[in-house]
Amino acid sequence: MTTSPAFTHTATRRKSPLSGFRAAPVEMPVLCSSCVDKRAVLKRPKTGHSLCKECFFWAFEEEVHQTILAAKLFRHGETVGIAASGGKDSTVLAHVMKLLNERYDYGLKLMLLSVDEGITGYRDDSLETVKRNQQQYELPLKIVSYEELYGWTMDAIVQQVGLKNNCTFCGVFRRQALDRGAIMLKVDKICTGHNADDVAETVLMNVLRGDIARLRRCTAISTASEGDGVVPRCKPLKYAYEKEIVLYAYFKKLDYFSTECIYSPNAYRGHARTFLKDLESVRPSSIMDVIHSGENLSVREGVKMPVQGTCNRCGYISSQALCKSCVLLEGLNRGLPKLGIGKHHRLHDKILSQTPLTEKEERKLRSVDF
Amino acid sequence: MCRQYGSAHSDSSGVWERHRHRSSQQLQTDVQSLSGNNKPRLLLSIINELQNKMDFMTWIKVSGGAELLFNGVKEHHVTLPSQSDPWDVKQLLVWIQRNLLKERPELFVQGDSVRPGILVLINDADWELMGELDYQLQDQDNVVFISTLHGG
Repeated sequence: MTTSPAFTHTATRRKSPLSGFRAAPVEMPVLCSSCVDKRAVLKRPKTGHSLCKECFFWAFEEEVHQTILAAKLFRHGETVGIAASGGKDSTVLAHVMKLLNERYDYGLKLMLLSVDEGITGYRDDSLETVKRNQQQYELPLKIVSYEELYGWTMDAIVQQVGLKNNCTFCGVFRRQALDRGAIMLKVDKICTGHNADDVAETVLMNVLRGDIARLRRCTAISTASEGDGVVPRCKPLKYAYEKEIVLYAYFKKLDYFSTECIYSPNAYRGHARTFLKDLESVRPSSIMDVIHSGENLSVREGVKMPVQGTCNRCGYISSQALCKSCVLLEGLNRGLPKLGIGKHHRLHDKILSQTPLTEKEERKLRSVDF
Repeated sequence: MCRQYGSAHSDSSGVWERHRHRSSQQLQTDVQSLSGNNKPRLLLSIINELQNKMDFMTWIKVSGGAELLFNGVKEHHVTLPSQSDPWDVKQLLVWIQRNLLKERPELFVQGDSVRPGILVLINDADWELMGELDYQLQDQDNVVFISTLHGG
């Protein structure tokens, strides 16, 4: 553990002649390094500065504003959908976006966009938070559900596929669901609450999985429109540390929901996360450093990359004949849940031409490890 | 705890030695008998010792999803038993683990500290400003644990 100035402070206090007895509650608070007036309430992981509440709020909001300006994320007059889950990141995002839109006159029309995955005891509760946010921030809200889009709730999917690959279904479906919701709302852009920790985690995961295509694009702050049916996305909180997001929400007393998804074993991400948190506790800049590395990697020429095309069935972006979402859905509807898990590209033509699968193929795709 | 006495009041250390092992009730009587005695330093030390001998109350709040490890209970108003040395956060963590934590302690503590990713606030300030594990608790302190490890 590093010895912070604050720590030495208390240590000196304890050595004063009288404090050999129990230190009387004489507080020697650390002062805000910015206003040098009020008591500091946090040590910023990114800069090491100790700030009071007001100076912290200001610094946090200003940094998001600078991120937005530097990357030219929005244009005056645009309609922007805020992907809202009711969790800490999206709640802080909605709050800060509304505040900055007013403070700096971005001229944006903001909306909340939520996805209902159909997870009883989790998403139904968090959507209640989103509905409260809608009122607190006076923003229009649109909820799209897996059930209306795909005919399957996550509860039903888990019943069929078990708890092993369910996160794949959820992740793939969510990405498309947000786009579909955004198109229904006619928004120009979607912004998501991905924070610095999330981005660093994704860089690590892509390195660990050897996923060069994703590694190359995962640090981008925004995506260009990749075709019809895909709405450009951006991450205004890309450089905001999770610690600061949580403390911002805590000190601002924002209303957010924080229960773990009941189906989320997502062990791989969990390991990357724990690893990163351990690194952060030794060296807080690790998170920014991993992002920096990801941003500056360049992929050697000649490395094979998937070519982006469109799905032959639904028209969504895909590097295969069928997009992942259509393959997963086909698997669910045929009772062959493993169809979309792992690589079965060879079967795409068969699915498209509705040729029946051989018995051997079916047997392989039906077995589910619970 | 090692007690240090400055030479200026070494004369009173004998008196002190007689007091330090007494019960809080006896100490209270001592304080009363001393108050007319014009020995403010000694008086102060006895009052401090008296504080040590008393149980003291702490607010412990858990949120951000960490409350799931505490049977879903977010606020705990607890009484820490008296001990000769002042309570610090390190000892508090051990106490929480023994007395409040209901399941999967590895999701809350790691080594003798909290698991990285759980934020700690003492009286609404980042514990990194307060000496972290070495912070000495005072009566009615407010300790908040917020997990950042749950979905956003």
